[in-house]
Amino acid sequence: MLSIQENMTVEFTPALLDSFADVVSRYPEGKQKSALLPILHLVQAEFGWLSIDAMDKVALFLRIKPIEVYEVASFYTMYFLQPKGKYVLEICRTGPCCLVGAERIMQHIENKLGVKEGDVTADGLFSWRGVECVAACGFGPVLQIGPEYTFYENLTEESIDSLIDDLKQKAKNQ
Amino acid sequence: MAEEGKFKVTIDGIALDVAPGTTILNAARQIGGDIVPPAMCYYSKLEGSGGKCRTCLVKVSKGSEKDPRPMPKLVASCRTTVMDGMEVQNITSPDVVEARKGVVEMLLINHPLDCPVCDQAGECKLQDLGYEHGADQTRYEFERRTFERIDIGDKIQLHMNRCILCYRCVYVANQLTEGREHGVIHRGDHSEISTFIENALDNDFIGNVIDVCPVGALTDKTFRFKNRVWFTKPVEAHRDCPSCSGKVTLWYKGEEVLRVTGRKDEFNEVDEFICNTCRFDKKKTADWTLEEPTPVDKQSVINANHYENFAPPAVIKEDAKLQAANVEQLARVERLK
Amino acid sequence: MARKLLLTHIDVPGINTFEVYRQKGGYRAVEKALKTLSPDDVVEEVKKSGLRGRGGAGFPTGMKWSFLAKPEGVPRYLVCNGDESEPGTFKDRFLMTKIPHALIEGMIVSSYALGANTSYIYIRGEMMPQIRIVEQAIAEAKAAGFLGKNILGSGYDLEIYVQPGGGAYICGEETALLESLEGKRGNPRIKPPFPAVAGLYGCPTVVNNVESIAATVPIVNDGGEEYAKIGIERSTGTKLISASGNIVRPGVYEIELGLPVEEFIYSDDYCGGIANGKRLKAIVAGGSSVPILPTNLAMTTAKGEARLMTYESLADGGFVTGTAMGSGGFIAFDEDQCIVRNTWNFTRFYHHESCGQCSPCREGTGWMEKVLHKIEYGHGDISDIELLWDIQRKIDGNTICPLGDASAWPVASAIRHFRDEFEWHILNPRESQTRNFGLAHYADPLVPVV
Repeated sequence: MLSIQENMTVEFTPALLDSFADVVSRYPEGKQKSALLPILHLVQAEFGWLSIDAMDKVALFLRIKPIEVYEVASFYTMYFLQPKGKYVLEICRTGPCCLVGAERIMQHIENKLGVKEGDVTADGLFSWRGVECVAACGFGPVLQIGPEYTFYENLTEESIDSLIDDLKQKAKNQ
Repeated sequence: MAEEGKFKVTIDGIALDVAPGTTILNAARQIGGDIVPPAMCYYSKLEGSGGKCRTCLVKVSKGSEKDPRPMPKLVASCRTTVMDGMEVQNITSPDVVEARKGVVEMLLINHPLDCPVCDQAGECKLQDLGYEHGADQTRYEFERRTFERIDIGDKIQLHMNRCILCYRCVYVANQLTEGREHGVIHRGDHSEISTFIENALDNDFIGNVIDVCPVGALTDKTFRFKNRVWFTKPVEAHRDCPSCSGKVTLWYKGEEVLRVTGRKDEFNEVDEFICNTCRFDKKKTADWTLEEPTPVDKQSVINANHYENFAPPAVIKEDAKLQAANVEQLARVERLK
Repeated sequence: MARKLLLTHIDVPGINTFEVYRQKGGYRAVEKALKTLSPDDVVEEVKKSGLRGRGGAGFPTGMKWSFLAKPEGVPRYLVCNGDESEPGTFKDRFLMTKIPHALIEGMIVSSYALGANTSYIYIRGEMMPQIRIVEQAIAEAKAAGFLGKNILGSGYDLEIYVQPGGGAYICGEETALLESLEGKRGNPRIKPPFPAVAGLYGCPTVVNNVESIAATVPIVNDGGEEYAKIGIERSTGTKLISASGNIVRPGVYEIELGLPVEEFIYSDDYCGGIANGKRLKAIVAGGSSVPILPTNLAMTTAKGEARLMTYESLADGGFVTGTAMGSGGFIAFDEDQCIVRNTWNFTRFYHHESCGQCSPCREGTGWMEKVLHKIEYGHGDISDIELLWDIQRKIDGNTICPLGDASAWPVASAIRHFRDEFEWHILNPRESQTRNFGLAHYADPLVPVV
């Protein structure tokens, strides 16, 4: 139903479960649901996106209902409910960045990658999308790449080209 | 001065004393009549409900005896408690009437207006709201938001296009059942009531989501397309039910019980929630002890003379001062006679 | 030279580390507060300082603190709002990146004043690098004995945790932030009760902006009265302004409140004028939500006085001829920018970020976006302007939280001040696709206000 096209079974490693427990320890007894957002970030960093199975297992860990996880994961824009490219280029598309050429940069990225917003390149390496203000308006146009949300500022066509080339190289070396 | 331990509140010129902690809306309901703000999301039996639809906005023209300053914005009467000496304007405030008209328009821009094929027609609070407070026509010219129709369980259908996101069904699942399986996913105008993954709602009390739904978003599949509600005749009945009070309304067409619902009061709220067995599985007269025909709200289309009658609340008739404060309303009654 | 209180040592190499920050006089405020002041003394100093919330609403911080309920045996919380998402605003990111210990020091002082033993810093999830930086700073402060049990032997215990957001502008609204911190959807709560009575986990809670919290450090160090000497009237102290758009030197500047807007734009100490030799068309002074002003009204109030960077002066004239300080997100538009397109862009933002809980905002933001999109792409009708005006009016003031108002104000002000540009767009659908309207006659800084 809805937009769910894929599922993926996941296994949380002991190390990952330890990091979950560390997050839970920040909150008072019985308020472990507070850990939901941070834990979803950890899961997404590990698996690239949040599958139903992953969300169900988070619910189990936090002793909450799966729907509580779905509600949250679908509310916030940083969580991917579908697989994405290895590198998701998120370009700010809000006013201040547009004043200094964000729309031109997005067009360039679309041409360069050859895929529409939200789609994944054939090699599985890249997706791109416009996002709303990322609070770096003075350094626009900007883009960010998860899971560490590395920032690239004052973008130009040339800097985009070399960024994409660098990322391709990086993927090859891994 | 208010009675000992009570707060005096004046709504559209009508004063009454209420217990501290009473909301403006509930105070207005105690008075009754035209001055009761419409409520699409508030449901007195569901804790935490209200505040969302904004149809019950009213103007507080005097905060209280202690602090007479008016409140700067219109407030949701369902979630604002009265203060001693508070003065509230509902239908006597042009600002409120205008804002409410705006809210109705907003609620309708994405609503399909498929009343001719909607089972809720005739008992739909959005229909009433549109009729009483809305504009003649919409100014919205864009494509409406649409969703797939889905069955959540074999007895309940979710028609998300019609939903106004009152969240009542979510509160029902939270407060009446052991584990909520559905909720609101996504956000903004993409928000939808959903189970997210295919999932049947099968809790024994989940059928109540149908009763609390103010529109035709959650409907009873066992009644689907059986008949228009205004051709059916409601009769109060009860049975000895092991899981709920067993007090229901049976909706008859001739000899046949077409559907079973909870008993609703004049504000469209059920007196007591009923279980799925009573609602879906007991559709023979022999299952029930009949009481009497359900009194039907004069405003309802189920009543033949709908929309024509206005009954001034008893309290007005008794008091000359209140009569003076409600000249307009009373004149309308005269006109309609 | 203007005084700086927050960014004094911003250019010192290594100021992001505990060691260098401490060498430069860091954590003196903690020592002073914990050793010589009672919590109420700290609250009193903040009250005296006249500090107003730097997140956007401008509510006096000291007063907010004094509203905090203090029932026996119930924990109280301080939550720092680092969900900076208002378009045009990036000062908190800057502060947390460059000088994270200023925030931590402020958190300790403020938590002490409020009697909180656990405090959270909610930082928007996209600022993952800043989250790492702040977490590092917390670890350093803890290692140095400024956090944890019995800080500096005072008997006061405090733990600070960082909470990442998940990507939602609405979580900058304090009750939505608390919902999010509880692991829920960021739906703003219906008030009352206010967080000061029932906030995080139903306990009394204060939510303050990053900059407000950092500002408590100089207030404790030098005293509230000293802080209040800076600035004009009820706009005391210094403020971080994020400057972006078509200016020569975009960036974050710490100003003394009271600086003339004109000086801020054209002085080489600040924005350095309009980029590429262009002329200024309009400004947004406090983040995308506040009314946009044409240049003439940006420089001078309707009364003919120079417009200053203060809460009062920016708001002079109300929303008819004035604007608001907001979060200090200063966006400059040059003569080549299209107001219709920008208004559409901002409205798309609010549409995208509406939580969807209450009907006027959920439905109205999307409706406005569609109408503006239609006008921008040359399919508008002249009646659409009145329609837009009416929609924004029906959202403004009628929603649960201020996001509804914030979506209405940019539309209202754009129509109010740039109606002829909207009309031109509609009446010249083809031409408007190939060129911009340019400066309106009344938006020309060289033409005096009538």
